Amino acid sequence: MASEKRLRIKTLIMVLAMVVCANAGDLLLKYGMAQIGAVELTPHGLSQAFWQTVKSPIIWLAILFLIGFMVSYMTVLSWADYSYVMPAGAAGYALLTFLAVILLHESVSLRRWVGVVLICLGVLLVGQTKPRTTEVPSEVAA
Amino acid sequence: MIRLITGLALLILGSTCGEIAITHGMKSVGEPARLRPGAVIKFLGRAVRNGWFWTGVPLMALSFYALLLLLSWEPISMVIPASALSYVAGTLGAKFILGEEVSTARWAGVILVCVGVALVAAG
Repeated sequence: MASEKRLRIKTLIMVLAMVVCANAGDLLLKYGMAQIGAVELTPHGLSQAFWQTVKSPIIWLAILFLIGFMVSYMTVLSWADYSYVMPAGAAGYALLTFLAVILLHESVSLRRWVGVVLICLGVLLVGQTKPRTTEVPSEVAA
Repeated sequence: MIRLITGLALLILGSTCGEIAITHGMKSVGEPARLRPGAVIKFLGRAVRNGWFWTGVPLMALSFYALLLLLSWEPISMVIPASALSYVAGTLGAKFILGEEVSTARWAGVILVCVGVALVAAG
């Protein structure tokens, strides 16, 4: 069915947007906070850290990506099952591991590789199922 | 031990209940007519006027707060793998609260993802 295929494609696009935004946001946040350095847990240290984060363009970029994540998450949940989107989002853990190996040349333990394989298999299995199993009202609820 | 269990319960139930409330809210808001910026902005405008959305957000904030507390008590290599249980909790909620059909294939996938995330997070 054409509409079934359309549903799959737009769900896939939004899940990809979710995963990319969440990962980019987290990485930028980590990078931005590393530039600021360890925050001292004193009133002075906290207020200093607050102003440094507000002035950091990297932190703002991270926040933008995290908003992008939230928007794509809310959008995809308006038509797709929660039990489809939630496990599919775990693909991000696998993506992060690949990025860590390719870009940062990090060494990855065997245990983590086994986890990545399990996640990929799990996401593929969930991906086989129908993205939507409940009726979605086409009219806007008041 | 009681402190740890309470913390984990808040972490898992908070995020699961929060996301279920948001899913319910988004389903009742209805999907955007097209995936164009204008239509998505209209959709977001309807979404932020939905009560379920504002039920979900504080629950997710509660879960985040529980995560911060847990991380101050226990090593991260214990907390994050345990939080992978939220995949199972979320699927149960989707089935029994949202009425989604969780087929055997979907269950199998969720279990693999749950174990996989726990292994990846454990390092």
